[in-house]
Amino acid sequence: MNFHRSLAIVLRIFYLMRGSFTRIFPLFAWAAIDIILWGFITRYLDQVQHTFNFVSTLLGAVLLWDFFTRAMFGISTSFFEDVWSRNFLNMFATPLKISEYLGGLVAASMMTSFFGLAVMLLLAALVFGLWIFAYGVWIVVIVLGLFLFGIAFGIFAIGSVLRLGPAAEWFIWPMPAVLAPIAAVFYPVSVLPIWLQPIARIIPASWLFESLRSVIAGHGVPLDQLGIGCALAAVYVVLASWFFRSMYLHAVRTGLVARYSAETVT
Amino acid sequence: MTDLSSSPLSNGQERVPALAVRNLRKKYGETIAVDGISFEVHQNEIVGLLGPNGAGKTTTINMILGVLEPTEGMIAINGIDLARYRSRALEHTNFAAVYAPLPGNLTVTENLRIFGLLYDVPNLSRRIDEMIETFDLKQFRNTKCGVLSSGEQTRANLAKALLNAPALLLLDEPTASLDPSAARYIRETILEYVHKAAVGVLWTSHNMYEVTDVCSRALFFSKGRILLEGDPKLLPGLHGKATLEDLFVTVAREPLTLEAPAA
Repeated sequence: MNFHRSLAIVLRIFYLMRGSFTRIFPLFAWAAIDIILWGFITRYLDQVQHTFNFVSTLLGAVLLWDFFTRAMFGISTSFFEDVWSRNFLNMFATPLKISEYLGGLVAASMMTSFFGLAVMLLLAALVFGLWIFAYGVWIVVIVLGLFLFGIAFGIFAIGSVLRLGPAAEWFIWPMPAVLAPIAAVFYPVSVLPIWLQPIARIIPASWLFESLRSVIAGHGVPLDQLGIGCALAAVYVVLASWFFRSMYLHAVRTGLVARYSAETVT
Repeated sequence: MTDLSSSPLSNGQERVPALAVRNLRKKYGETIAVDGISFEVHQNEIVGLLGPNGAGKTTTINMILGVLEPTEGMIAINGIDLARYRSRALEHTNFAAVYAPLPGNLTVTENLRIFGLLYDVPNLSRRIDEMIETFDLKQFRNTKCGVLSSGEQTRANLAKALLNAPALLLLDEPTASLDPSAARYIRETILEYVHKAAVGVLWTSHNMYEVTDVCSRALFFSKGRILLEGDPKLLPGLHGKATLEDLFVTVAREPLTLEAPAA
């Protein structure tokens, strides 16, 4: 693994970001709008009842789910930059290895998603008095678990686009919204119908958000749930990387890398 | 690394060729795009890859670039087997093609820095300055590639192609869409570079005057096979044609009237 080649992928995203308001703005704008909207909703709910802490529980969940989404989009947007600028041939005709490419995408996603997280944390703390890390160091583990799951989901998404062609981009953007209802982001898994619960249990986010609610409610840190969530996320990173590599090898076999815009799904 | 000194690719006396292609074949379903071709490109040699559209030239180039997997056959770049050691083999090559411009949303210097890192070029900043000087890009170094003229984009593309001082340079119609003056400048710059550096060049073009001018050897492709091979200045006479262009037209329209080269 050559560090310089992964650095090239990160540097490309940095160069694109540094001169582009339209790229920097979405890193935090939509997440900030979510924080403001849900911040006021939860503040209102806290005013009308006093038995449940909506600001911490729901706003905390919104904040971390938006972070997961940023991590996923950090991967997919970096990949799409190569699709949009028709850079596949230039990029993949270099000595770049798949591991180096994915390593670069992960580092680029880290750069953009943690920037978005910082803005959201600041906004939630200053406007709504929510400092999520006040609940302890375990919140950091939940954040890292969600980052891993975002990476896995992002790599799976770009592997799908590599296989199906550039038009499949439009499947990618709504993916987090499709996942949210069964990922137990805002409510426990037990709320879901019985038949849906096993599906929720194979999603790392469901374990991590159950952990978050337990910590915020003062029930302590459910280390087993936290461990399962993080372990599942790590396994999915490996599986998603294998999937992307398979899609890439298929693209090299069929000539799709050289003529990606042709969208020849076979 | 594959040792070519004991293989049929080299007799052990000569330097390892910049490119060695053996029995290369590519099939898409029942369609044969490239049909068992073999050739070599040596250092300080420019080989023209000629043939009508759809003859298999770009398919061959894509396989040499490692972005298309051959169905059969073997490719070695600077003696390194591409199939087995893809990354190491590709460190010794680079390319410029009219259909693969540098990303237009980055400046010339930014693009060169990124590709320099991808090819792991030592002393990168100094090398970028050299390439910018060689291709007269000083005034465009902070200009986004997307707003450059065709000629300037071609020069930027060539600067990227020579950044890693490749042993094998692939040029797919490098002067297409350029005016005669810009095309001549590009040809002269590449020729000067090839005479100084240890590089072999595979050059595709539809401009037969250009091929006669720059190539020491030409390979005529037809229907995925190499139909003719030889010095582009001598080939027309050997086949009873007045010019290389006449020979090209015959290859395109009546390939069966020409004899295949001896094995």
